[in-house]
Amino acid sequence: MAVPILKQGPFLIASIQAALTDTDVLQLRDDVMSQVTRHRSRGIIVDVTALDVMDSFVSRSLRGIAMMTRLRGAETVIVGIQPEVAFAMVQLGMNFEDVQTALDLEEGLLLLQGREGPGDGAA
Amino acid sequence: MPPDTGEQRIAIESDADVVTARQRARELAAGLELTSTDQTLLATAISEVARNITTYATRGEVLLSIVRDNGGREGIRVIARDQGPGIEDIDRALQDGYTSGGGLGLGLPGARRLVDEFDIESAPSQGTTVTLVKWSRVR
Repeated sequence: MAVPILKQGPFLIASIQAALTDTDVLQLRDDVMSQVTRHRSRGIIVDVTALDVMDSFVSRSLRGIAMMTRLRGAETVIVGIQPEVAFAMVQLGMNFEDVQTALDLEEGLLLLQGREGPGDGAA
Repeated sequence: MPPDTGEQRIAIESDADVVTARQRARELAAGLELTSTDQTLLATAISEVARNITTYATRGEVLLSIVRDNGGREGIRVIARDQGPGIEDIDRALQDGYTSGGGLGLGLPGARRLVDEFDIESAPSQGTTVTLVKWSRVR
């Protein structure tokens, strides 16, 4: 199931709707990269609220998206990691330290707008 | 649909089957006194061991069943098995960060940390069987 990616000003918002297969995750990575380039986006939010499992593959792939977009000058924020999922990620031993996270979409947008500086963010 | 206490078998042949296996386990666990957190830990562990099947053995199966100990405590047992190439050095495969498949090397050691019981049997060209058990916390 493809993940819809919306453009909002200088940012992209990818809202994951349901459980992702590995193929879906790789598709998301490719889609984000091509859209960042097309829209010259400066920030990306990946909303994972709907994910009930973030195993090592998904975590590694999201981290990969964050690293890749950063190399293109765009910052990625992962939002909506559920409490149980966060617990499982820590138990699993996932290192997510170099990835920006925020509680939800609203907080994630504030984080990105803060980076843009006053008067320069998305309306 | 088999009855809740019966064994469920999920053939693992694609990444979509990995998702099915963990969703079935969650449904099964929801019928027991497994907390939502424990269900998530179990589902994550299943995702790791089922992915190992698609990565290393191409195909295999996941068997889910409800188990009870002498004290009447209930849990979910997961058997993930394949007839793939097997693991040459199990101790090494259980170390964090060791991988022969291009991943992070968190699959087996991570799955072990997420469940209450963990057992692995494997030998080169004999395939691999991983058994996990997650117990409910109430008796």
